[in-house]
Amino acid sequence: MVPGPMTVAALLTRLEIVPESVLVINGDTLVTHDARLADDAEVEIRPVISGGAT
Amino acid sequence: MKCRRCKAPAIIDLPRHNAAFCADCFTHQCREQVKRAIHEHHMIEPGESVLVAVSGGKDSLALWDLLHEIGIPADGLYLGLGIGDYSDESGEYTRAFARSHGLHLHEVDLRSQYGYDIPGAAEVTHRSPCGACGLSKRHLFNQVALDENYDVVATGHNLDDEAAVLFGNVLRWETAYLGRQFPVLPATPGFARKVKPLVRLTEREMAAYCVIRGIDYQVEECPMAAGNRHIAFKEVLNQLEQKSPGTKAAFTSGFWSRGHQAFAAEADDERATLLPCVECGAPTTTGDRCAFCSLRARASAAASEPNRPIEVPVTLRSET
Repeated sequence: MVPGPMTVAALLTRLEIVPESVLVINGDTLVTHDARLADDAEVEIRPVISGGAT
Repeated sequence: MKCRRCKAPAIIDLPRHNAAFCADCFTHQCREQVKRAIHEHHMIEPGESVLVAVSGGKDSLALWDLLHEIGIPADGLYLGLGIGDYSDESGEYTRAFARSHGLHLHEVDLRSQYGYDIPGAAEVTHRSPCGACGLSKRHLFNQVALDENYDVVATGHNLDDEAAVLFGNVLRWETAYLGRQFPVLPATPGFARKVKPLVRLTEREMAAYCVIRGIDYQVEECPMAAGNRHIAFKEVLNQLEQKSPGTKAAFTSGFWSRGHQAFAAEADDERATLLPCVECGAPTTTGDRCAFCSLRARASAAASEPNRPIEVPVTLRSET
């Protein structure tokens, strides 16, 4: 739980997450880094880095 | 933020392009980037038959969808790796996509058709799991393409994959690998042409494409890839990208346009001296048993021993 409202960029900074490594999904919609999240927003921060065989 | 193309509210920002896009314009942008990569590197000519290597992950399913969207028909090939529940789920995502899009899917199962699986092969041969997996994939994708008369094998390697591999190859000055790292590898005797149409798109963009297009993919990372050095390289490159957007694209495109040629001769020499494997006939540097047949022989022999336990690491799901 992180108290809002705050922007997506601020949320990622607060959580020390590199923006290029995740998608932020609010409800079922992608949101940009300047999007403002309400105090009661529930967002998914989905990792996008995959590794393994090349 | 507004969409750069149509000025509607944006849903994704791409700092490396200093732009943001709405859903429709973003998918248009992805299609254009794939078309540009295919055209720029002469990857696929009209009328050629294409086999897409699909894993159930975001990149390969996005690639299959994108090829379909830009009018390039392609069949899929899924390889069952035998990595516990992870493989069962990846197969389900792949089959569901093929069914819902009416696309043809070939399947190869390592355990039932070749007598081994990736966890067992890694254990027996003391290779890293990713090494055993990569060797199996490269061999079998090529073998199926040749057997089924496909002109081209397309893989979902994206800009991040290429940047991470390049970074690793430069750090260790792997000159033969640098000579082979290119968005297209031409067909030569014993090898189908291999192409990477996603080299102009990042993995964040491919994940976004799947979300927007409603493509269900396996979000969970392979449990055997934990600690893989390419993931560490990607993390470092993403930190550089945050400080200086466009770094990854400049690194890879600059290598292909200005660096690759310096190493190409070494890879050409290596290919010129290949001899057929005594077992399967695939080109090999030794003229004896190829690396795949050696791996298969050792791993399948061990797998046939009674009561051999197969250890699969616990899967960690990353959610917030």
